[in-house]
Amino acid sequence: MSFQIILFLLLLILGYFIGSYLEREHYRSIKLREAKYNKLPAVASKLLPPEAESFEQRLVMGNVTISVDYFKRFLATLHNFFGGSVTSYETLLDRARREALLRMKVEADNLNASLVLNVKYETASIYKGSGSGVGSVEVLAYGTAMIPKQLEA
Amino acid sequence: MLISNLEVIPDRKVVKHLGLVQGSSVRAKHVGRDIMASIKNLFGGELVGYTELLSESREEAMERLIQQAESVGANAVLNVRFSTSSVAQGAAEIYVYGTGVILE
Repeated sequence: MSFQIILFLLLLILGYFIGSYLEREHYRSIKLREAKYNKLPAVASKLLPPEAESFEQRLVMGNVTISVDYFKRFLATLHNFFGGSVTSYETLLDRARREALLRMKVEADNLNASLVLNVKYETASIYKGSGSGVGSVEVLAYGTAMIPKQLEA
Repeated sequence: MLISNLEVIPDRKVVKHLGLVQGSSVRAKHVGRDIMASIKNLFGGELVGYTELLSESREEAMERLIQQAESVGANAVLNVRFSTSSVAQGAAEIYVYGTGVILE
């Protein structure tokens, strides 16, 4: 019995320290890459730019699966009891969305696109109803990349 | 085959609408990945195995969409949408659909 309590506390502490370290690192890298790809706008509008004839279109997407750590899952269970906003899951979804958008931008950038139109998000949970207690979320971001046509010399 | 989630393609007219075309794929995760995921799940972070699993699955659904579009004679699929649902424990269905059209 006491072994179980020790294991639980150990996992909680490990989850807290490693989990928040990983989250900080992830946010740092997201911010860096967001600054880098700032020049490539991704918009939710489907209005075509006025000079649209000079672009080629291509579907681009990016996806990511992120899981939450043991400590945050424990917090969320507590929140479930008292209600209120579950901040630990909010950051999880925020990270997943931003990461997915960045991956989509990387794909668009590799195609030399100058704009991504009609961006949509799609969120899935592979673990829904599996009862294994794994809290993970999958986010897909997709849109149409507008690639300037190569001028024929 | 032009695939786009826009409804209009600049400078190109839609000659004929051929209706909805679709592709889907259901994949389950295997035990190895599952065990790795439960370990990763203690500390949080990205589950690379699942990211790959789902993007493979999405590619397969996309291939089926293209196959169907070709079989009805379309040369483009417009207004493409993705949708995901979990049919059974640990299995995800990826569904992709759009309008098959003939562009001039």
